[in-house]
Amino acid sequence: MPIDIDIAHVARLARIELSDAELAEHGRHCADILEHAAKVQALDTEGIQPTSHPLPLVNAFRDDVVTPGRVLARDVVLDQAPAVEDVYFRVPPALEDE
Amino acid sequence: MSARQTIRRAAAAMRDGSLTSVELTRAALKAASMTESQVHAYLTLDTEGALQAAEMADSELGAGDDRGPLHGIPIALKDNMVTKGIETTCSSRILSGYVPPYSATVVERLEEGGAVITGKTNLDEFAMGSSTEHSAFGPTRNPWDTDRVPGGSSGGSAVTVAVGSALGALGSDTGGSVRQPASLTGVVGMKPTYGLVSRYGLIPFASSLDQIGPFTRTVADAVDVLSVIAGHDPHDATSIPGSVPNLDAGLGRGLDGVKVGVVSEMQRDETEPAVRGAVANIIEQMEANGAKVQEVSLPSFEYALSAYYLIAPAEASANLARFDGVRYGNRVDGANVADMMSKTRADGFGAEVIRRILLGTYALSAGHFDAFYGQALKVRSLVRRDLDAAYEDVDVLVGPTSPTTAFELGAKTADPLTMYLTDVFTIPANLSGHPAISVPVGLDEAGLPIGFQVMAPALGEPTLFQVAEAVESIAAFDQEPELAGSLA
Amino acid sequence: MTTTWEPVIGLETHVELETESKMFCGCPVDFNAEPNTVTCPVCLGLPGALPVPNRRAIDMIMKIGLALNCSISEHTIFHRKNYFYADLPKNYQISQFDLPVCEEGFLDIEGEAGGRVGIERVHQEEDTGKSNHMGGDGRITSAEYSLLDFNRSGVPLVEIVTKPEIRSATQARAYGLELRAVIVSLGVSDAKLEEGSIRFDANISVRPKGATTLGTKVEIKNMNSYRSMERAIAHEVIRQAQVLDDGGRIVQETRHWDEDAGVTRSGRVKEGFSDYRFFSEPDMVPMVIDQEWQDRIAGELPELPSDRRKRYQGMGLGEYQAALVAGSEPELVQMFEGAVDAGGSPPSVANWLTGEVVAALRRSDHSLAASALTISHLVELVGLVESSTISTSAAKAVLAGVLDGEGSPGEVAEARDLLQVSDAGALEAAVGQVISENPEEFERLSGGEQKLIGFFVGQVMKLTGGKADPKVVSGLLRARLSD
Repeated sequence: MPIDIDIAHVARLARIELSDAELAEHGRHCADILEHAAKVQALDTEGIQPTSHPLPLVNAFRDDVVTPGRVLARDVVLDQAPAVEDVYFRVPPALEDE
Repeated sequence: MSARQTIRRAAAAMRDGSLTSVELTRAALKAASMTESQVHAYLTLDTEGALQAAEMADSELGAGDDRGPLHGIPIALKDNMVTKGIETTCSSRILSGYVPPYSATVVERLEEGGAVITGKTNLDEFAMGSSTEHSAFGPTRNPWDTDRVPGGSSGGSAVTVAVGSALGALGSDTGGSVRQPASLTGVVGMKPTYGLVSRYGLIPFASSLDQIGPFTRTVADAVDVLSVIAGHDPHDATSIPGSVPNLDAGLGRGLDGVKVGVVSEMQRDETEPAVRGAVANIIEQMEANGAKVQEVSLPSFEYALSAYYLIAPAEASANLARFDGVRYGNRVDGANVADMMSKTRADGFGAEVIRRILLGTYALSAGHFDAFYGQALKVRSLVRRDLDAAYEDVDVLVGPTSPTTAFELGAKTADPLTMYLTDVFTIPANLSGHPAISVPVGLDEAGLPIGFQVMAPALGEPTLFQVAEAVESIAAFDQEPELAGSLA
Repeated sequence: MTTTWEPVIGLETHVELETESKMFCGCPVDFNAEPNTVTCPVCLGLPGALPVPNRRAIDMIMKIGLALNCSISEHTIFHRKNYFYADLPKNYQISQFDLPVCEEGFLDIEGEAGGRVGIERVHQEEDTGKSNHMGGDGRITSAEYSLLDFNRSGVPLVEIVTKPEIRSATQARAYGLELRAVIVSLGVSDAKLEEGSIRFDANISVRPKGATTLGTKVEIKNMNSYRSMERAIAHEVIRQAQVLDDGGRIVQETRHWDEDAGVTRSGRVKEGFSDYRFFSEPDMVPMVIDQEWQDRIAGELPELPSDRRKRYQGMGLGEYQAALVAGSEPELVQMFEGAVDAGGSPPSVANWLTGEVVAALRRSDHSLAASALTISHLVELVGLVESSTISTSAAKAVLAGVLDGEGSPGEVAEARDLLQVSDAGALEAAVGQVISENPEEFERLSGGEQKLIGFFVGQVMKLTGGKADPKVVSGLLRARLSD
């Protein structure tokens, strides 16, 4: 069953700018892989609960306690940033308002 | 040269005064200098830091301050574990030059245990791959035949242990990324039970599958490395609370009465004859050594790979969203934020990483979620159910680690699906969260190593190591690649 | 024939919880810190960092849910909500999707525009960092670049979503105010709209009256006061009705309320719908809220505002005054309760607290907690007025002295010489003096112009510096007239 993918839309969702040639190649590979992966659809999973986690653990919480030792100094935080202005990270303007 | 150097031997020698950590570390660094140009296992070799740590270890040991089995032992780290002050790249251009301000929990535990960290090893970018060819900084090569791949994604770590430029190494195993390169390079590689080792500071590929595990030359050494890094971490909500099982409880106990399941679905035709033969031979000898062997069928097995290639990319698509050129890493400028991020990510990620992000984004997107990701999670339940059922009858499951021995560079890069198929035997243990180990058992006709896989139920590490050690002694595999440096 | 349009309004409310530490890491929740000084690998989204949820935040959201009559889910999980935005460090928000902590509740609103508002869900999530849009005219659409501060990133955020069943702008405002009162009474947030610790977005559509299907909805943001919330919603309802009356159609979009212009303005048209690719957060394990946990939280619930208002009315407070006290800051409510417990008359205590005390504090820009006024001071002050020991006007001066830290009301009244003079003998001279200084007016008063009594009482009060007991003064005047 060939899989039809709007690969340009997927790339936009994933915020990756690709050329038409790259889109075509990725689209082809993804379709191949998905066709193989679509095997999962052949299996009868009626009444089967999904497993999103391998272990039956629940309720892993932390207490509401401040851990000052893990707070990073501002110069350390900004040191790895591609662009900084004053005490802030700097980025190009946003276009969208969400 | 006498017997191969191991962690246990070196630790004993350091304590009886016949070896110092500095000597051992210098030997490892020398092995690196002799082999790196041919294998490219390390991305960062921290010569100075390693020697300082070794000197410290010698003075501590001399003063009777014994920090345990890894004190003074040279250990290499896969470059997806963050190290405070040492560049950590995930073999990606997007993180080239990134120096983390904190260390992973495993790194802290190694340091507290007095280990000598030699450096950071090469991997498939963001651990996505099975050959260590998908590194932005060039491939790692297999020391048994440098025209061949070492497996992946933890190929660099595997090779450091194979050539002796470290005595142990840490890798991460999401779909086989420790066991498969261990198999292809002739060393021991182990994936612990999910949650036994903290993932805090492991740059994730797929959070529900990733688990850090050791590469060593022997099973007993793997026990030692795991004993230092395992244990609950309050900074990882998926880490198992409570105490760690007694990892060496089964060592030396042999196979008498152990119930061994041979997975029918792992005796596939596609598996190379040499691999099938070697595995069958080991199973025969296991039986001869007292194991009760039976055939076990896992009907969902053939769907595991498909489920994996939906679940892992889906999680990865979100895990890798943070690499956007805003707070760290490299940036390509753009007219607006979205444009900057899209250009940065296109430039910073390699083709394989982009492919998986696109796959995962698609699998999670509206209209496709139920058919792909949702269904994959149900198949994951079935795989776990089949394995749980199998472990009602047997103590361990066995089979090959990889269907093939090391393949040539470039052989599978053109067709991603072919590459993905190399993980077919290792993936089920990741989906179920169960522990598994690859033990080298011999060479094929081309002189390439073959790995034998043992799997056990959750927290079944003591039995897993017991059986793996018995397999190790049956196989008596003691060969090294010619390239290897001497650590004796 | 003209269509009568019926508005359908739903509100989404975000509340920042007042925990000590953030939702998934041990960074302090500190809104006054210098930019980018309260972050760590987790809330900055550094590679490899992992979230661990704050148990107390879950306690708090359960309180909110129980106060809003919701059922608490026994099984609940976190999801990742995927979207790229520069101030969202991981480019996904840890939130909840189909298994929120609380579901299916309601909040009853009193008054004319009241009624029951259904609550669809209450879920836990994390806040983003803050973007400062620079250059242009400061508006996001014309900014030249943005500067980011991640201090707020990871602050626990609770989202409360109503069912689309609010029927008027007035009801929406009343709901907002009542919800705020509930949140404040629970002690889980200071819920200050102007500081962003409570934020409202409205989803609005209109439909022909009596219709059962929903129209295309528009999201309204940027409503920075309860008044602007009412205005914005009322405006948007009219705008939509006009568009439809003119034969147009409503576009699904986000609109921003422009307070100065009194209109909503179009933001971005949503591309169909947002594809957030929700999936369960693999870095965390499920939460199981058993009955014991739920019972413990239920046992910690304080009196809710509606119950408190009823109780205050039972104490003799009028409806308005009861609501005013019940909806006040927690310190004021505590002082009211304390003063009543200590024997103060409830209506008088309420009058003084919500009137003079609040006004004086506002003038001095002090908080009640930081002021020198104590419960016993307040009870004493009210008692001094009721026993006519000081006059009402003197009491205001006494209160000022108390707030300035001059001592107890009795001490201040004494020190400032404000004790009321009720001794007729002592006041006789003052009455005499005022009469002799105003012979003409006294003539008219004697001639029967009774309203001049007030004038003379006032003059005596003035002469005595407000200390005279006006009743005694007026008695003395009448005595002189009948002489």
